[in-house]
Amino acid sequence: MIRTLFTYIVFPGFLFSAVVGLLAGWIDRKVTARIHWRVGPPWHQNFTDILKLLGKETIVPPGRKVTFLGAPYIGLLGAVCVAGMVGRVLFTGQDGFAGDLIVILYLLTLPAISLIIGASASRNPLASIGGSREIKLVLAYELPFIISVVAISLKTQGTLQLSHLLGFQGEAGSHIASISGILAFCVALLCMQAKLGFVPFDASEAEQEIMGGVLIEYSGLPLAIFKLTKAILLATLPLLLTVLFLGKDTSPLFVVLKFVGIITLFVLIKNTNPRVRIDQSIRFFWGPMTVVALAALGLAIVGL
Amino acid sequence: MSHKVIVPIGPYHPLQEEPEFFQLYVEGEKVVDIDIIIGYNHRGIEKLAEAKHYDQVAFLVERICGICSSSHPNAYVLAVEDILGGEFNMVPERALFIRTIIDELQRIHSHLLWLGLAGHFIGYNTVWMWAWKYREPVLDMFEMITGNRNNYAMFKVGGVRRDIKAEDIPIVKKALDELMPALDLFRGAVMDDPVIQARLKGIGILTKQQAIDWCVVGPTARASGLSMDVRRDEPYGAIDRVDWNVIVEQEGDVFAKTVVRILEMYESVRIIRQCLDKIPSGQIDADVKEIPPGEGIGRVEAPRGECFHYIKSDGTNRPVRHKIRAPSFMNVASNKVAAVGGTISDATITLAAVDPCYCCTERVAVINKSDNAKVMNGWDLIKLSQEKTKQLKDEIARKGI
Repeated sequence: MIRTLFTYIVFPGFLFSAVVGLLAGWIDRKVTARIHWRVGPPWHQNFTDILKLLGKETIVPPGRKVTFLGAPYIGLLGAVCVAGMVGRVLFTGQDGFAGDLIVILYLLTLPAISLIIGASASRNPLASIGGSREIKLVLAYELPFIISVVAISLKTQGTLQLSHLLGFQGEAGSHIASISGILAFCVALLCMQAKLGFVPFDASEAEQEIMGGVLIEYSGLPLAIFKLTKAILLATLPLLLTVLFLGKDTSPLFVVLKFVGIITLFVLIKNTNPRVRIDQSIRFFWGPMTVVALAALGLAIVGL
Repeated sequence: MSHKVIVPIGPYHPLQEEPEFFQLYVEGEKVVDIDIIIGYNHRGIEKLAEAKHYDQVAFLVERICGICSSSHPNAYVLAVEDILGGEFNMVPERALFIRTIIDELQRIHSHLLWLGLAGHFIGYNTVWMWAWKYREPVLDMFEMITGNRNNYAMFKVGGVRRDIKAEDIPIVKKALDELMPALDLFRGAVMDDPVIQARLKGIGILTKQQAIDWCVVGPTARASGLSMDVRRDEPYGAIDRVDWNVIVEQEGDVFAKTVVRILEMYESVRIIRQCLDKIPSGQIDADVKEIPPGEGIGRVEAPRGECFHYIKSDGTNRPVRHKIRAPSFMNVASNKVAAVGGTISDATITLAAVDPCYCCTERVAVINKSDNAKVMNGWDLIKLSQEKTKQLKDEIARKGI
């Protein structure tokens, strides 16, 4: 019991993934700044931001107070659970349970759902536009993401357990080394980009269009929780991709290298694209991305 | 889906940091109507100009806008020189060339500024930062030539205030050479990028007929297939001594407006290079003593379009009437047709695509608070002012002061 609590609250759950996520967020900001010919913030900037938000007044719009203030925690819980489940398989070599991959897929939608609930509860027209965009985005990227995960599962004798995925890749080599693996990885990477709300898929926050959209009414502690959720996702999603696609060598050095590599890919995509419209996002995920994911699935079935 | 929501942009624009107010009437994501409200930043510059003498007004109009801070003084001195018998009859040859060089350098810096902002508007911050980085050398050139990055104080009635030194010319040429790879970079990055094309092509379309109907000017008009450019139609400065082209695109969408501005920067570089080669030696200033009574107009192709100044002189050392019409005043209104029908994401960049400059544009209007109806226009205000003056005069007469 205590061990489980420790797993989810300290390592590799909440505390660990929050710290790693905020540091990864600093890498994102620093690399972005260097691409922009700017200097960029110091390493502790993201921690300072969260601390500052904690000290700020929380302004609650009239209306659904409990829903508005409660929504951020739903997302945080989902992200922390995923962080714990992925981390314990990757770092401590525990077994997890059969079908934990499915649970992870479910839990990963919670941060987006919490944003939608919070935005709707705030009764701000801009937030409701952001919320409706977030709904469309979730519907758009979940389909190709799940197909690509199914492809990976098929390549691993149909297992739905993270530890089996890792063990299989440890012996047979990383999935990314095959054609279907590469295709599925590309699809999953772009879906993660959308899950993180990074450009080009940040239409739900679009500061230039709807001024923060879903987050517009949030301030103080609830906003800090949302930021923290995003940081935990930023720490967890690259690790999840590592488990799914790059599972060959899980010594700490290689995990760190893979982690930084995937973060760099996120940052590069973010800085070489404009924001796409929400209808373009849907068309992109349901069109080319789904086709590629299906191709990966087909190739996985024939064993390529 | 008949649930209409108002999405406010303003009264203080979150990005452009200028006072304006767009009310987008939105159904879902679609913009069905738009209200454009300006007039938050009325500074009374036309009235101020009537209280300053002719040399001071050039400095005043320079402060209408920080971006086109050579277009306004240029149009103003052209208007005064119109009273004196025309720019070409009195301004020394060398001053004409210097005026054109400053004008075109300003166009490059303004278009780069817009390009960066446009990138920011569609969430492409890399374009934003890079465009502004490559704008810095242009501002450095300004600092070297005029002593200022903005508000150059170069224009005066009858010539220019400062000469371009002979030793500066090779430095400017070198800076232009270094600017060319940056322009090529932006041309490639913007015109060949499929994602940018997906975002900008076919949105915010202003057809040729609509462009005529809404009287748009400058790059906004040229992107809609209207070949109009004051520099070609009514040359000023040394622009008719050099070889250059008017860039016209037919599509009228935001992408066409971007292309027009990018290609215009190449033309500006061409014009500056030729001017630097051909610049004659001699005086830079005709000594102007008296401004005779009369009326004059000055038209200049500012980076945003035609900038118009009207001056009426009664023979004293101050203009009795100074009328300014900035290009954004014509262009902003065209959003009423260009932005309606698109989505909110499109409307954001469409509103910015005319390169609006609200500071140039401000006019006053009195609005009834209860039903938002306009109760007074400019003419009503003049009448109000005349009545007030009359009333004050009567009071003074009664008291016998």
